[in-house]
Amino acid sequence: MFYRETGQFKSKYKEELAAFPLFEDKIGVGILLLLAYVAIPIFGIPGLSYEFTLSAIMIPVVIFTITTLGLNILLGFAGQISLGTGAFMGVGAYSCYKFMTIFPDLNILICVILSGLVTAFVGMLFGLPSLRIKGFYLMVATLAAQFFLEWAFIRIPWLYNYNNSGGIEGPNKEMFGIIISGPQSDATTRYLVCLTFLVLLTWLASNVIRGRIGRSWMMIRDMDIAAELIGVRPLTAKLSAFAFSSFYVGISGALMVFFWLGAAEVESFDINHSFTYLFMVIIGGLGSITGCYMGAILVWVIPVLIKEIGKTSFGYDAFVMENLSIILLGFMIVVILIVEPHGLARLWQIAKQKLRMWPFPY
Amino acid sequence: MKKLLISALISFGTLLSTVGVSFADELLVPHFTYRVGPFAANGTAVANGYTDYFLMLNERDGGIGGVLTNPEECETGYKAQVGVECYESYRGKNPLIVYPNSTGITLQVLQKAPEDQVPILTMGYGLSAAAKGETFPWAFNYPASYWSQMTSVLSYIDSETGLKGKKIAFLFLDVGYGREPIPVLDQLGPKMGFEHMLVPVAVKEMQNQSSHWLTIRKEKPDWVIMWGWGAMNSTAIKEAAKTRYPLDRFIGNWWSGAHVDTEALGMKAKGYKSATFTGTGTDYPAIQDMINLVVKPGKSKTSMDEVGKVLYNRAAVGAVVVAEAIHEAQKATGKKNVTGADVRKGLEMIKLDDARIAELGLTGLFAPIIGSCADHEGKGAVTIQQWDGKDWGPISKPIPPMVDVVGPMLTKAAAEYIADKPGWKSQKCN
Repeated sequence: MFYRETGQFKSKYKEELAAFPLFEDKIGVGILLLLAYVAIPIFGIPGLSYEFTLSAIMIPVVIFTITTLGLNILLGFAGQISLGTGAFMGVGAYSCYKFMTIFPDLNILICVILSGLVTAFVGMLFGLPSLRIKGFYLMVATLAAQFFLEWAFIRIPWLYNYNNSGGIEGPNKEMFGIIISGPQSDATTRYLVCLTFLVLLTWLASNVIRGRIGRSWMMIRDMDIAAELIGVRPLTAKLSAFAFSSFYVGISGALMVFFWLGAAEVESFDINHSFTYLFMVIIGGLGSITGCYMGAILVWVIPVLIKEIGKTSFGYDAFVMENLSIILLGFMIVVILIVEPHGLARLWQIAKQKLRMWPFPY
Repeated sequence: MKKLLISALISFGTLLSTVGVSFADELLVPHFTYRVGPFAANGTAVANGYTDYFLMLNERDGGIGGVLTNPEECETGYKAQVGVECYESYRGKNPLIVYPNSTGITLQVLQKAPEDQVPILTMGYGLSAAAKGETFPWAFNYPASYWSQMTSVLSYIDSETGLKGKKIAFLFLDVGYGREPIPVLDQLGPKMGFEHMLVPVAVKEMQNQSSHWLTIRKEKPDWVIMWGWGAMNSTAIKEAAKTRYPLDRFIGNWWSGAHVDTEALGMKAKGYKSATFTGTGTDYPAIQDMINLVVKPGKSKTSMDEVGKVLYNRAAVGAVVVAEAIHEAQKATGKKNVTGADVRKGLEMIKLDDARIAELGLTGLFAPIIGSCADHEGKGAVTIQQWDGKDWGPISKPIPPMVDVVGPMLTKAAAEYIADKPGWKSQKCN
């Protein structure tokens, strides 16, 4: 009734191929942007304390959505599996730290983007085996990347400037006279910076994916021999997918350390985190940008809320809730994979399809 | 099905609306615990000791100065990142203390706490340089830093066999905690004429140290010093016994000498030594109160046989220091509901001398801790204890740290820490 395309005529191919062909979708996205940019920074989420909302829920969700976008480009669109996401985030974080300490006057946002480029290069390097191997074997190769990089973050003290603690930490950084990163910065400011990164990167991803490069990735994913025969070069397609994906992951790693945690050790980039990001992609839905948002929100927010509610409303012990949230998350993954193997994005798509015909389905 | 879903949604919504912050009249003294994960065996005892002391104060005295305390737990699993999330979740709730129970977490929140006006107390762990109160107004590491502890252990070795020409292996958990004392070895090695080798143990290899002990067997060090935690300790002692390394030449720091580490090994671990700053047993009036008012009535998660053991008692001492700081803060401000900033001043004013310790009913449990604006370490001394196959018992007098060595190192480290942090807030002490 409210959501249908009747009467919305398209007279150009461009309109047909737009990101949001339906007028209602445009309104929806506008409302979401308004919520994320205005309502949440001003009011927070009702029922939760403001500080908690921003630093424990919104900032990590925004950052992990960027990670998930990156991994989904590689896994969902180009069909190359990777278990090194955690370590690639580490590459982003450590290189951003190095840029910040070598060039203390450089704007931190430039550092973040540069660290994304460094990660893209490293990702391409570890993506080279994908030209020869596929599937499970490629997974093992990226696993090697994970372990090698973790080793490097501990054993190459130059990376953390020979700190005794072996960790990296962010100093205060200003832009236009406002402290945007570091211990003195305000959570709202950091949230808005991360959100802006997310919006820009989503826009970039959705356009690249619908363009020539994105279609070549999907051809490689669906059948690489056929793709090669029609003239897609596997070398450029696969390596560009690795580079593009690692760029996103690297940026999210730098944001995670300098706009959320404030400091990090190698433990924040271990294999368990790689698995978490993989869950986000799979639960959200392979090959869907909306799915990235849904997966990151579900996998991150549900355990946090369970813990907080159990503690403040029921007075359960913290460790009971910790165990419970781990169990529930595992249970949820299994249920979702059985009920809808294509992830939440597919559920959303079905819901939209139903809405278009409501209330008179034929 | 649909009804079920709707009612579930509604109940979820009402739950959400009750989550709101409660501003009850209470002193919030949260601590970060790890009752799950690879370090749970040690973490559980630490969490229980801290909680029980505050629960006892609530039962016996009605809290501190008539206000009930709330020793809320936040579960970290000993992961630094989760610790930071815990820290963030207390924003806006007026916590009086950050009690991280992990050096890794400490290092990550060290810069944030001053901005949020909450003091960090790291009892016997944390960043060594935090002992310098002028540079670190908001961090405290009573009763002694890791560096002080290392010098005490080295003086003990010196008094036993002499250090000149000896070879010392340093076996450590390869995280922030284990790496912390390495600068002391680097500094003192050439000065005191001993040679040292580093044997790092990654968290993943904690329970499989055969290769590390193979190295030790090959290199034949005269002493092994260990900075271990969790399952690493018992594994190391077991491997040492297996490779026939003389256990009385094997010294752990004060986190590597608890009952959980040696009980399972029993007589096999006989002779193993460790540092400590707290006594064991239950013959202290305050510990008796904890047993009678909290543990026996079943108001805590502690089982009776846990009380009086090394880690439980030590955690209780941590709670004593926090409670004493709140007490001092209430005295100084005349307010009952103090803030984090008041407690910071209370921590600096702390004067747990023999008379006050006796008043608290804890004589003999720990050596006096006297803080000041400049000294956030409290002049603590280290005792060496030994496992006799059944229980831990002290075998040395309190050994003071080498202040002349550690002092300048701390000053230098504190200056280095703030060198690349413009806008760092120090304080002047007179």
